[in-house]
Amino acid sequence: MNGSTPGTATQAATSPDTVMVDSHSKAEVWGLAAQFSTPAGISEAAKKVREAGYRWFDCHVPFPVHGLDKAMGVPYTVLPVIVFFGGLTGLCLAIFLQVFTNSLEVDIWAIVSVVGYQFEVSGKPLISTPAFVPVAFELTVLLAALTCVSFMLFLNKLPCLYHPVLKSPKLKRITDDRFVLVIEARDPEFARSTTEALLESLGPERIVELEP
Amino acid sequence: MTTLPIDHPIDELSDDPRQRAPLVLNHDDFGSVTAEVLRCNEAKKPPMAWYVAFVISFALMSLLGILVGYLIVTGVGVWGNNNPAMWGFPIVNFVFWVGIGHAGTLISAILFLFRQKWRTSINRFAEAMTIFAVICAGLFPGIHVGRIWLAYWLFPIPNQMEMWPQFRSPLLWDVFAVGTYFTVSLLFWYVGMIPDLATMRDRATTKVKAVAYGFFSLGWRGSMRHWHRYERAYLLLAALATPLVLSVHSVVSFDFAVAQLPGWHTTIFPPYFVAGAIFSGFAMVLSLAIPARELWGLKSFITKRHIENMCKIVLLTGSMVGYAYGMEFFIAWYSGEIYESFAFINRAFGQYAWAYWIMVSCNVICPQLFWFKAIRRNVWVIFIISLFVNLGMWFERFVITVTSLANDFLPSSWGWFEPTWVDVLTFVGSFGLFMTLFLLFIRFLPILAISEIKAVMPEADPHAHHGHDGEANQ
Repeated sequence: MNGSTPGTATQAATSPDTVMVDSHSKAEVWGLAAQFSTPAGISEAAKKVREAGYRWFDCHVPFPVHGLDKAMGVPYTVLPVIVFFGGLTGLCLAIFLQVFTNSLEVDIWAIVSVVGYQFEVSGKPLISTPAFVPVAFELTVLLAALTCVSFMLFLNKLPCLYHPVLKSPKLKRITDDRFVLVIEARDPEFARSTTEALLESLGPERIVELEP
Repeated sequence: MTTLPIDHPIDELSDDPRQRAPLVLNHDDFGSVTAEVLRCNEAKKPPMAWYVAFVISFALMSLLGILVGYLIVTGVGVWGNNNPAMWGFPIVNFVFWVGIGHAGTLISAILFLFRQKWRTSINRFAEAMTIFAVICAGLFPGIHVGRIWLAYWLFPIPNQMEMWPQFRSPLLWDVFAVGTYFTVSLLFWYVGMIPDLATMRDRATTKVKAVAYGFFSLGWRGSMRHWHRYERAYLLLAALATPLVLSVHSVVSFDFAVAQLPGWHTTIFPPYFVAGAIFSGFAMVLSLAIPARELWGLKSFITKRHIENMCKIVLLTGSMVGYAYGMEFFIAWYSGEIYESFAFINRAFGQYAWAYWIMVSCNVICPQLFWFKAIRRNVWVIFIISLFVNLGMWFERFVITVTSLANDFLPSSWGWFEPTWVDVLTFVGSFGLFMTLFLLFIRFLPILAISEIKAVMPEADPHAHHGHDGEANQ
């Protein structure tokens, strides 16, 4: 598994997700959006924008365009590693739960007494490993799945209540059939005229100015 | 995802391996796909047939509610359950409904891992079917416990009695298996739906719709940085759901196999139950998909090819079920165990022989018709066969549950199970619950996975030069 933690440069590349009104951004522009009509168009554009040295840019697409994340230089997500530990937590929790409730007669804390119970059924061992397997498996899967979804949303900073890209009525079709590349004004390379010229050279359908 | 070059295939039923059957017909741009999938959701009024179906389903669901209320205030004596047949309709219905759910997870998770792109047209509503079927399934053991106000005893909750559930019991494994299955299926379904809910939000025509879809789409904006993690999360969920779905029906089969009754205590049960579950689930997907694609006009997405592929899976799993029936008989004889031999002879020729032969004709003989190409391509014949398979699979659970309980080791303790009107109408009512939820789903939520369908269209490949504007292709 190559779930290595992203380096500092790539870390910066993931953070454009942050929704903040940038006070020191140039003028009132939050960013510039270029709209394309084909997956090939946006893939090519993403590659060129990245080659031009931009890091605070993103592509908004109606479906995951194959290879676009690589073209943009999106670092490989750390999610699988987190999910592994989520599953491991579930496994430990399940073993503890079953051993404590069915095999031990001890208090786990003093104030509110929670006491396990030694369930002796037809002479079976108190810690009946095979019988504890199904629940251990189910809780492993349950916690791994819950971790997976919650951390996917957390790393994506979702739910997101406000975003300049969603504010613009001209970009409504990013969830339908248009492919939009956005360069944010906070990018050090960003300069109104040169950035617009670069986007213009990529042959977009149109260029939209985004307000914060 | 590897993409093979596609030489403009025309026939979706083509068997020529050099040509890939198109997964989407009559569309070559993404916008028209969105519009057509959402046409019925966005229409002011659904078709008349929807209203008719909804009124009937809602009436049946109300009947279910009344009968459950009647059961609670009166007691389980209103059912036909008796001693020795302690498990009557409630457990039969539970296993039936849980089984139905399995096809949804198979389509969404296992076919996803196998990169079967044809799943994209059917996964969304198959997953919805899973969730609604598991809701119906969860109801039955819940009311079968008798004193349902004590149903929380099933969960390990610290209490003043210092009492804990017994973790060596398969019935408790079931609580965890079905609970996990429901949660994971719901997550999978919801995560898959987020991008499509965002599509509906952006196309909403009223404020109420915009706010409602906006709330559930969590502010999704199709960012490729998000898609990257999203795709990874979806793959991980598929990888987690795959062993889960195999485990759930295995655990359900442990309810029987861990007991010592003849006819139940067999090692073939877990794989046999899983095959049966997928078999019945695919039959249910067909029973729902065939009318839905007519009514909702989705023939471009759920093509005859999709239907044919599902028929092949029904044929495969049906044959596995038939093999399991045969093997059970063989082992009953080969083991030399008199109780086991009797249990099977009694199933086929005893007091419930009629149920056994309904089961065999519906589950073993019926799906064999799918060997014929003409039948696999006639949707209404498929629809009828799928209904028979559903019926047969219900009878399978009836045969397994009731025959072994009614006629166990000692003839002096034999009995006879007969359902009461409450049993029968509760089961019928559970279809009302299932269909009501399903009809609400097809009216208000994206019935097909729109973003996934777009991603499997040839136009979605950035390296194929299908673009009509081509300006950015240099």
